[in-house]
Amino acid sequence: MTIRGDVLLAILLMALVSFVCRAGGYAILRKFRPPVFAEAMLRHLPGALFAAYVTPSLVAGGVPALIGALAVASMQIATRNLGLAIVAGVAAVWAAQAALG
Amino acid sequence: MAMSSSQVVFTRHGVLRGAWASLPLWIGTVPFGLVVGVLAYAKGMSFAETGLFSATVFAGASQLLALDLWADPAPVLAAAVAAFVVNIRMAAMGAALASWLDRVEGWRLWGTLATLVDHSFALSVQDQRRGGRDAGYLLGVGIGLWTCWLLATLVGHVAGSVVRLPPGHPLFFASTAAFLSIMVGLWRGPRVDFGPWAVAGLVALAAHRAGLPPPLPLLLGTVSGAALGAWVELREPRA
Repeated sequence: MTIRGDVLLAILLMALVSFVCRAGGYAILRKFRPPVFAEAMLRHLPGALFAAYVTPSLVAGGVPALIGALAVASMQIATRNLGLAIVAGVAAVWAAQAALG
Repeated sequence: MAMSSSQVVFTRHGVLRGAWASLPLWIGTVPFGLVVGVLAYAKGMSFAETGLFSATVFAGASQLLALDLWADPAPVLAAAVAAFVVNIRMAAMGAALASWLDRVEGWRLWGTLATLVDHSFALSVQDQRRGGRDAGYLLGVGIGLWTCWLLATLVGHVAGSVVRLPPGHPLFFASTAAFLSIMVGLWRGPRVDFGPWAVAGLVALAAHRAGLPPPLPLLLGTVSGAALGAWVELREPRA
């Protein structure tokens, strides 16, 4: 049951930042409108973030990762269920690695 | 139809109804939480640290991203940046729920905001459109999902200690899979999203190849893609 100082600091800082994101929207965005460009950037931020994350990882993962990506997208479109999509993707990568490796 | 916010209430019944409504969402939350727990173990987090992590941060995508960057000693600044970039999307949700939140005060207000996640937002907007006026519903869904999330990540941590994962194990694909499936939901068509997403991915890849340390490739890619998206959007004449 250990909690290390550096880990505690990282976790609590993440918790604080997440709370500010959640509560700050209600507290601030209702009263002040951010600059138009910043607002438009915020709208595009999530998609760009995830694209920036998955691209190097898919390139590094090669063919099994691409097969996994297809499985994730198909399952997500079919079921709209995040958990099932993750499971399908991991299973597809597993199978592809076993078949190709 | 504008709902008069003076009719909005916050009751125990609303909280319970929200918690009940969260149950079907457990099906999707459990595997996601298990994966985060297994990865937390693989990255060297203790059981107590994993519990604290899920209980206080309670935002799966940002937790996955932070775990991906995780090292010993803990990357404090990179983790905080990851939390900000992934979770800033939730700022818009609180603002959108103002007609409920304006009638709630004190711990109920800040506690409700602390449990706000994508699914509690989506269910509450749906409830509002059906004429729902009990703001306790939002907190109830949040508490239901929080409970599920905490339990699933802790079970995942235990499972991770039983099955040790070598590097390159298919389970590490889970974070990529989570983000891909979120992207499917975010996709608004090639005209809006293809350019920004391609630029974000390519800039991140180039920065990664150039040997820049994490989270720089991620940040550079994200900012370039989002800036391009904003620029294209503002350049177009309004329809």
